[in-house]
Amino acid sequence: MDRTWNNKAWFLVLPVLVLVAFSAIIPLMTVVNYSVQDTFGNNQFFWAGLDWFDDTLHSERFWAALWRNLLFSGIILAIEIPLGIFIALNMPKRGWGVPVCLVLMALPLLIPWNVVGTIWQVFGRVDIGLLGRTLASLGIDYNYVQDPFDAWATIVVMDVWHWTSLVVLLCYAGLVSIPDAYYQAARIDGASRWSVFRFIQLPKMQRVLLIAVLLRFMDSFMIYTEPFVVTGGGPGNETTFLSIDLVKMAIGQFDVGPAAAMSLIYFLIVLLVSYVFYTVMTNVGKGAEQ
Amino acid sequence: MSEQDVASGTKAVGRSMTSGKVASLNRTRSTVRLGWLVPTLYILFLMLPLYWLINMSFKTNQEITGAFSLWPRDFTWRNYAVIFSDPSWYSGYINSIIYVVLNTVISLAVALPAAYAFSRYRFLGDKHLFFWLLTNRMAPPAVFALPFFQLYSAFGLIDTHIAVALAHCLFNVPLAVWILEGFMSGVPKEIDETAYIDGYSFPRFFVRIFMPLIASGIGVAAFFCFMFSWVELLLARTLTTTAAKPISAIMTRTVSASGLDWGVLAAAGVLTIIPGALVIYFVRNYIAKGFALGRV
Amino acid sequence: MARIDLDHIRHSYLANPERDEDYALKEVHHTFADGGAYALLGPSGCGKTSLLNIISGLVPPTRGRVLFDGADVTDLPTENRNIAQVFQFPVIYDTMTVFDNLAFPLRNRGVDEADVKRRVNETLEIIDLANWAKKRAQGLTADQKQKISLGRGLVRQDVNAILFDEPLTVIDPHMKWVLRSQLKQLHKRFGYTMVYVTHDQTEALTFADSVVVMYEGQVVQIGTPAELFERPSHTFVGYFIGSPGMNVLPVKMQGAKAHLGPHVIELPGAPKAGSGARLELGVRPEYVRVGDEGMPIQLQAVEDIGRHRIVRGTLEGSDIAAIVPEHQELPSEPRVTFDPKGINIYADSWRQTLEA
Repeated sequence: MDRTWNNKAWFLVLPVLVLVAFSAIIPLMTVVNYSVQDTFGNNQFFWAGLDWFDDTLHSERFWAALWRNLLFSGIILAIEIPLGIFIALNMPKRGWGVPVCLVLMALPLLIPWNVVGTIWQVFGRVDIGLLGRTLASLGIDYNYVQDPFDAWATIVVMDVWHWTSLVVLLCYAGLVSIPDAYYQAARIDGASRWSVFRFIQLPKMQRVLLIAVLLRFMDSFMIYTEPFVVTGGGPGNETTFLSIDLVKMAIGQFDVGPAAAMSLIYFLIVLLVSYVFYTVMTNVGKGAEQ
Repeated sequence: MSEQDVASGTKAVGRSMTSGKVASLNRTRSTVRLGWLVPTLYILFLMLPLYWLINMSFKTNQEITGAFSLWPRDFTWRNYAVIFSDPSWYSGYINSIIYVVLNTVISLAVALPAAYAFSRYRFLGDKHLFFWLLTNRMAPPAVFALPFFQLYSAFGLIDTHIAVALAHCLFNVPLAVWILEGFMSGVPKEIDETAYIDGYSFPRFFVRIFMPLIASGIGVAAFFCFMFSWVELLLARTLTTTAAKPISAIMTRTVSASGLDWGVLAAAGVLTIIPGALVIYFVRNYIAKGFALGRV
Repeated sequence: MARIDLDHIRHSYLANPERDEDYALKEVHHTFADGGAYALLGPSGCGKTSLLNIISGLVPPTRGRVLFDGADVTDLPTENRNIAQVFQFPVIYDTMTVFDNLAFPLRNRGVDEADVKRRVNETLEIIDLANWAKKRAQGLTADQKQKISLGRGLVRQDVNAILFDEPLTVIDPHMKWVLRSQLKQLHKRFGYTMVYVTHDQTEALTFADSVVVMYEGQVVQIGTPAELFERPSHTFVGYFIGSPGMNVLPVKMQGAKAHLGPHVIELPGAPKAGSGARLELGVRPEYVRVGDEGMPIQLQAVEDIGRHRIVRGTLEGSDIAAIVPEHQELPSEPRVTFDPKGINIYADSWRQTLEA
């Protein structure tokens, strides 16, 4: 759409600017401020330069948490995106099944995150949980509190349970916007099921997939509440992700300086990876337009 | 029909099984579809943990820890009674709803004009501003928890509903702007011009003509704001102590205090699911369209 | 190419149709001759697209059979019927090049690559897109996209029929004419069986040798454009084709005399219809003469459309239109007579043959 050049539009943006400045810029400045100072309490601060950044970038704890977080995001994207597409492709397109599917599938999205954690904590417990009991009775030695692999599996399955629906709903929205004529033409052309997916459905889903990948990456990279409730970051530090580590450091140990430096690095990583995703996926789209 | 025809007919059955949309038009081949199995299994997977929570909420603690049963043998309302008779429990719900509604209203109120500006005008720094707004959606709440606490302390806003509502604007306002901008770009610009020619002032045009046109977009944006504000815990817990404590935070506290009251925990969990379920039910007809975020 | 027989086709979108109204297609029994160019003409919702989709196999008919050259294809899926179809909105595979779009139906059928190349290049010449072969299909204009849709059908030289579902809806007016004449040429050159669905009478009349007019789920007339014009077999055809449409006036019959109010019109013969039928006289505006003689009309408006004028008025309470030459004087109290060769008599909307 052609948009006219009008700098008065700034007035329309002003409220957002003021609000976001209050809830984003000031806190961010505070973080930057902390990140370059040291304190021994009593509100006495000393200039520390880039020491905290240096420390953070050389801290094994940080790299371990970052690596765990990247691994986690990678795993859940690799599961949730294909699974979400697959389920969306098999959703009913009309009739009573549509609202039933949509409502039931959207349900996990609106459950408070710590309740999601609680649900899985309870569900997975060997003594009182359906999952834990069932696995135990099948002779599988499952204990998410002590076994790192079980803890990871629980958190990954929980995230799949919690968020795959978002991918499903986004893809479904993309799919229902494809006119029937495309499918009819494909049948006339003798296209296989795979060709229909590859040349009709996937191109039409591209935009919503971009949104799905971005949202899922950002949120999984910031994940805090659910694993905190289920495993508390354990066993050991096996499921301590960046956010958990950060909160531990900032609020638990009140190491404000290192926490702030870590915050900024963390924020930059999210920005960078999101930007890369965004550019790559939109360039794929542009390539298709030429 | 020749044998060959029959053979090709059978081959088509196999092929049409997976092609949901096209196969649904078919008379002879619609009986052999298995596509429904996929969403059914998925929904089953979604519902099992929920069922277990609901199941537990109607059990006594003895039954939960003692006997393993797939449904409550000793059905009880006690767990819910505990919650509804204790103000520290149910005030949590009221607190949550107050700040979620406040946040949704504030987010929409500021996002509407901004989204209009982004969808209709070009202005100095518009692209950078838009991207910067979106980066706030990418900011980990954990990063902001501590500075928020200090900032709101300085303004004396700690433990008020407005504090949580404002904090949640951090990620909800960018999202609302993004969604609304998509819907607004779908409305032809000629409508604005016609209205101005007809002598509408900007505010009157915006409220009387434009907002009804993007009603479904506003609905979807409100849905997302509600959703992300309702489910967030980290900031909500950090910024409240008692008076504005959200229900989900009260849950965690009570659990750690009383330790083993699984029944009440489960009942409280079930109750936190209900508002979300109601919201979904009301917007169910917009979900499919709305998730396309206005333009695909 | 093939002859297409529609054998007592009925179709309903309801699961258990009972009454006649439940059927979107009431009963169609018709043959499309091999190599013929047909137009399915009718207003929106008359069932013409349903009929087209039944031929292509996208919709299975509730009752009846579809035969291609005598072979029953009713239960054959679309992909095995070997037909081509061009839809209302261009359907192209966005991510492919123009060449790959045309190659798609061949590659799906396992044609070897050398043949694919030869046939696609031939087709690109025919549809005039040879220079665009390497371009992405997404960036093309609407008429080029429609040509690609057509090309995907032409590339399979053995197609039984080419079906068009209002293919010019999204095309610019001046390109409509170009595309239509190209279609016409293709038909002449290759002799495809073509069925063309449209609600635009100009499109139908210029494209087709034979026009099938549909109304409320049934075929009301099949004929050449001239037949549709001269002898509409249903009042709907008279009204739908021609501009302005045919005048339809309620009459009473007495032998070979038609009584229109106090006026009597002599006819060459009497209709066979029983006395209970609702009788109407249909006469096209082209056969209404305006002058000093005949039945008086109340003049309402005169529209000058350049080549001639349209006189609108009322005759015995019914609206009537007449076409008069550009320079003819209109009397102050105009009267009309009907040219006998333009008079048709309808009983319950269906045309009657008059017997002397």
